[in-house]
Amino acid sequence: MADINAYHGPAEAGFGDYVALLKPRVMSLVVFTAFVGLWIAPVSMNPFVAFCSILFIALGGGASGALNMWYDADIDAVMKRTASRPVPAGLIPKQDALALGIALSGLSVMMLGLAANWFAAAFLAFTIFFYAVVYTIWLKRSTPQNIVIGGAAGAFPPMIGWACATGGIGLESLLMFALIFFWTPPHFWALALFMNNDYTNAGVPMLTVTHGRKVTRRHIFGYTLVLAPFAIWLGFTSVGGWIYLSVSAVLNLLFIAGGWQILRRGDDAAAADKYKVEKRYFRLSLYYLFLHFTALLVQHWVGAW
Amino acid sequence: MVMLPQVEHELHKRRRSRNLGLLAVLLGFVALVFGLSIAKITSGDMLEGYDHQPRATMLPKDPNPPVPNAAPVAAPGTPGAAQVKP
Repeated sequence: MADINAYHGPAEAGFGDYVALLKPRVMSLVVFTAFVGLWIAPVSMNPFVAFCSILFIALGGGASGALNMWYDADIDAVMKRTASRPVPAGLIPKQDALALGIALSGLSVMMLGLAANWFAAAFLAFTIFFYAVVYTIWLKRSTPQNIVIGGAAGAFPPMIGWACATGGIGLESLLMFALIFFWTPPHFWALALFMNNDYTNAGVPMLTVTHGRKVTRRHIFGYTLVLAPFAIWLGFTSVGGWIYLSVSAVLNLLFIAGGWQILRRGDDAAAADKYKVEKRYFRLSLYYLFLHFTALLVQHWVGAW
Repeated sequence: MVMLPQVEHELHKRRRSRNLGLLAVLLGFVALVFGLSIAKITSGDMLEGYDHQPRATMLPKDPNPPVPNAAPVAAPGTPGAAQVKP
């Protein structure tokens, strides 16, 4: 009997699988922070040109996501969190991810140059290179400081947004960079504390695996202390004001208090309540970044210093 | 005549989603480039770029423009030049 299901070749990817290749969740953070950087900059842009610039920055971020999935397909297949990504799931061949990543990188950089300026475009190209080559290929598998240095790639978007409007770099854009840069390690290490086995199985040298959980807890607290002055300093620049400063003060107190709680806890206590404090701290870290950038937007709207 | 059942394989459904998605992306890109052109042209940036031909309108303004001669000078050797000589 003829069977219409006789064909069992490789699975076909739908459009959504190609979208998933661009890491849409990471892209949403890129879009938001780049938008804030562009919007609060002292030079105003044509709204449509600004919209296109943000879109091309997001596309560049998506391209680096595709390059990351091309190179990391082997370890993504091992980790529970990433096993269903389109490449390890067998929906998209590795080479397609590479081709899409390279094509979109070129397109996004060229279009950002035409829409905004070539400084911003060069900055975007550098960011893609930093994430795909410096972080993914060089650092991720070789050092437990991988996310500290790799975090820079995630911290560049507000600077690119700022560069789109002004054509350069300012103290404010550097401080926005510092805000994300020093926020990234505690955010990911808190995740690593309760997702540890995944990274161990994949052989990714996370701090929890190489130096133990006690050291990781100390590092988390240390970074919250380093982060706070930069976050507050931003409030005293031309983009700051009372609203931003109040929001930042509250968030930093909560973040330091959370870091202190994590530092004081042993692993037995954490396992006993299923990492409740670590999970709460991880959620707080998401609000921390989102609310800081929202406060910058609101401050710009009501008027900065 | 035998009528074959018209069952669509899941594979074709996925392939169509990919093709329609790509169509939407390409149309969106065209609209974006068109919109960018309109935005750039109407925002009044420098519209007259270098067009591989030197043009007088592109030269910087001369601070000391040559003064037009009040008395015409006749070319040497012409009857006009012989008349003017004192």
